[in-house]
Amino acid sequence: MVAVRNSEPMTTRDKWNRVGNILLDRSMIIIILALVAYIQTQRPAFLKTASIVNIITLTASRLPMALGIAGAIILTGTDLSAGRTVGLTAFLSAIFLQKLDVAGRFFPTASLPLPVVLLIVMAAGGLVGAINGFCIASFKLHPFIVTLATQLIIYGGYLTISGAKQISSLDARYTTDFVTHTMFRIGTTSVMSYVAFAAVVTMIMWVVWNKTAFGKNMFAVGSNEEAARVSGVNVTMTIICVFMLAGFSYGYTGFVEAARLGASTGTLGLNYELDAIAACVIGGVSFVGGIGKISGVILGVFLMQLIISGMTFLGISGNTTYIIKGLVILVACAIDMRKYLTKK
Amino acid sequence: MHVIKIESGAQMSGNGSSPVLLSIEDVSKQFPGVKALDRVSMTVRAGTVHALMGENGAGKSTLMKCLFGIYNKDDGRIFLEGREIHFKSAREALDNGVAMVHQELNQALKRSVMDNIWLGRYPRAKGLPLVSERKMLADTLAIFKELDVRVNPKTIMSMMPVSQRQMVEIAKAVSFHSKVIVFDEPTSSLTETEVEHLFRIIRMLRDRGCGIIYISHKMEEILRISDEVTIMRDGQWVATKPAADLTMNEIIRLMVGREMTNRFPPKDYQPSGETVLDVSNLSAQYSHLRDVSFQLKKGEILGVAGLDGSGRTELLENLFGCAARRTGELKKSGRRILNRSPREAITNGFAMITEERRATGIMGILTVRENTTISCLKKCRIGPVLSTRKISQKTGWSIDAMRIKTPRQTTKLRSLSGGNQQKVIFGRWMLTEPEIFLLDEPTRGIDVGAKYEIYQLIIQMAREGKSIVMVSSEMPELLGVCSRILIMSGGRLAGEVDAGRATQEEIMTLAAKFA
Repeated sequence: MVAVRNSEPMTTRDKWNRVGNILLDRSMIIIILALVAYIQTQRPAFLKTASIVNIITLTASRLPMALGIAGAIILTGTDLSAGRTVGLTAFLSAIFLQKLDVAGRFFPTASLPLPVVLLIVMAAGGLVGAINGFCIASFKLHPFIVTLATQLIIYGGYLTISGAKQISSLDARYTTDFVTHTMFRIGTTSVMSYVAFAAVVTMIMWVVWNKTAFGKNMFAVGSNEEAARVSGVNVTMTIICVFMLAGFSYGYTGFVEAARLGASTGTLGLNYELDAIAACVIGGVSFVGGIGKISGVILGVFLMQLIISGMTFLGISGNTTYIIKGLVILVACAIDMRKYLTKK
Repeated sequence: MHVIKIESGAQMSGNGSSPVLLSIEDVSKQFPGVKALDRVSMTVRAGTVHALMGENGAGKSTLMKCLFGIYNKDDGRIFLEGREIHFKSAREALDNGVAMVHQELNQALKRSVMDNIWLGRYPRAKGLPLVSERKMLADTLAIFKELDVRVNPKTIMSMMPVSQRQMVEIAKAVSFHSKVIVFDEPTSSLTETEVEHLFRIIRMLRDRGCGIIYISHKMEEILRISDEVTIMRDGQWVATKPAADLTMNEIIRLMVGREMTNRFPPKDYQPSGETVLDVSNLSAQYSHLRDVSFQLKKGEILGVAGLDGSGRTELLENLFGCAARRTGELKKSGRRILNRSPREAITNGFAMITEERRATGIMGILTVRENTTISCLKKCRIGPVLSTRKISQKTGWSIDAMRIKTPRQTTKLRSLSGGNQQKVIFGRWMLTEPEIFLLDEPTRGIDVGAKYEIYQLIIQMAREGKSIVMVSSEMPELLGVCSRILIMSGGRLAGEVDAGRATQEEIMTLAAKFA
């Protein structure tokens, strides 16, 4: 960006321009805070402990997946297969961990230990991610196309195996004793253990992004793929690993979602990726590539949940919520783009 | 921290007795239909600077790409310190001590300086799969200190000017403790002072026993810095001579293969007294361009000189309406005009040829015809439909008038040479019948031979009564083509000289006035 050399005093017009720019760069946050203030005046219960804990809990359920997708966005890509992968892995978790006495159980006798199931579903997610990454890196296809195709394949495969049946009556040692186990209560609202899991996942991701060679390579490839290549970075492997890592996060999310919702259904995971992408964009992960912070993603997911909860509080219909989400994404992207345009 | 080994007591200079570091023997490379390299040989000795020269398309880059394993050579052998090498990738070359500072900076701009330097080989913290930021910082500072580079290793690359990014690239090449370092047009974005700094670094590396390959078009530089010069033409080796035995004319003769006594066509145009454009107190909103006033006469070629970053390009962008104006007034033939956007400027009879031809000039995957007529499609319609006959008629006129060498009108523009691409753009604008032509580095990246034809075109336009503002970094070119030259410095107008009488020294002094 061309810096104006300040040899002359700033005029009032310059000062206002500068204030305007500062406000505009933060306008997403400002808009959302204004929205929150409005909801608060209309529905005083909105910012009570119970609903805040609820929002944080929802944030925790969506955060790991958003962190996975953020990697794909940092590579200037995207991942449309996320939601359906969550659906698939939720299904896998459910069939392995259904109560033993349920009639028509997928595996009539076998019951696997929890860690084994978690490993299986994460491996499944990782496999999907690896296939995505491989096609993107080796065939030079745009992530949009690859993941558009793979999400169809995954959904088709899932429907074929499951027959679109709902898998419920899950084993208590998986649900209420583990994933949705109440760690402690704030007031009357219980805080479940997957909030703590999400915190751990987030910390691991922070280290991977900021402290490992892989993380630095991811940002470098997103910022300038060619520069990374001539510097000896294994670009193909980096892309594959970023999508695999994303896949792991979907596997984990599937595992948690089945337990959280108490069942696996055909629509579980539907459009999750869109929410996650929107959250990343609101949190400053840029489609320009090479830019994004863990803290930004956390903020983005949190603000998304805040809006959604706020809409519910106001009694706004789901249909209108879609419109508002769409507007939020548009505005966030437009503001983000402004930062990277050189002014002339 | 490893820095380059200092060969103890080995005071090597540019004589032929120092050991051979790199030797390229009879390397050939064939592309479909073109023999890009035909048995080219070159020997780089330790402690010398070896310049590699040739017109665009002479095969310099192809030769370097064969060295770095970006292309597979068809034939020939390459030896590094007597050992035959076949690098498969740039990384393998780097690991073996052969580095390259690229002309087009390939950097991760959103990352920090030190992230870029250690990209692909981040130092690990002991016993952990983590990167040691502390070691990265310390090592970066050590290299910067050694090279006298004053850059904060934690700065984000995109926040720095191109010249500093160039220095980072050089530091990166040095950090591999390379024995052979290739500099590809390293000074194209540097100011005079920075060029001096670069030369100090090159001499330091040379005195330590590195072999330097220096690729450049700037003959003055070549003669100053290099010990030996290898000249290539049409994929073939032409000559290797000690730099001391060469003159500029000799180099041009070897490069072009013919005597170039006249680098410029005769200035047979006569500006009239009539003022076409009157610019007063022009200042830009977002750049440092301040308070520029000048007048442009009909049929005049007005040069604009200055260092990179002096505001030359910004001046043209402001006139053409692609940059926001803060204050100032434009009058065309006495009538006030605004030029708030390029569209408006074009309506007012302006045309502009941009500096970055590939990025903002041509549409490479489209044809010559589409590129030629993109700005005058309104004139090619019959009713609402475009007429292919009119389009090809106009393209044909442009090809003849600009003397464009193209097999067909439907040839993709990217397959033509830089000079011919530039002529297509000239033709495109001529079809809009402009009165005022703004040219930003019109001969950048064009062969010596093709440059002459571009000069002819520019002078021809002036003869036809068009007025031209021409920005260029090459002073001989401004002196050889223009009638008057404005000199920019630090965003302001530092002075004006008569191109018939001025000297390069005079212009340089003015260019440094506010810098």
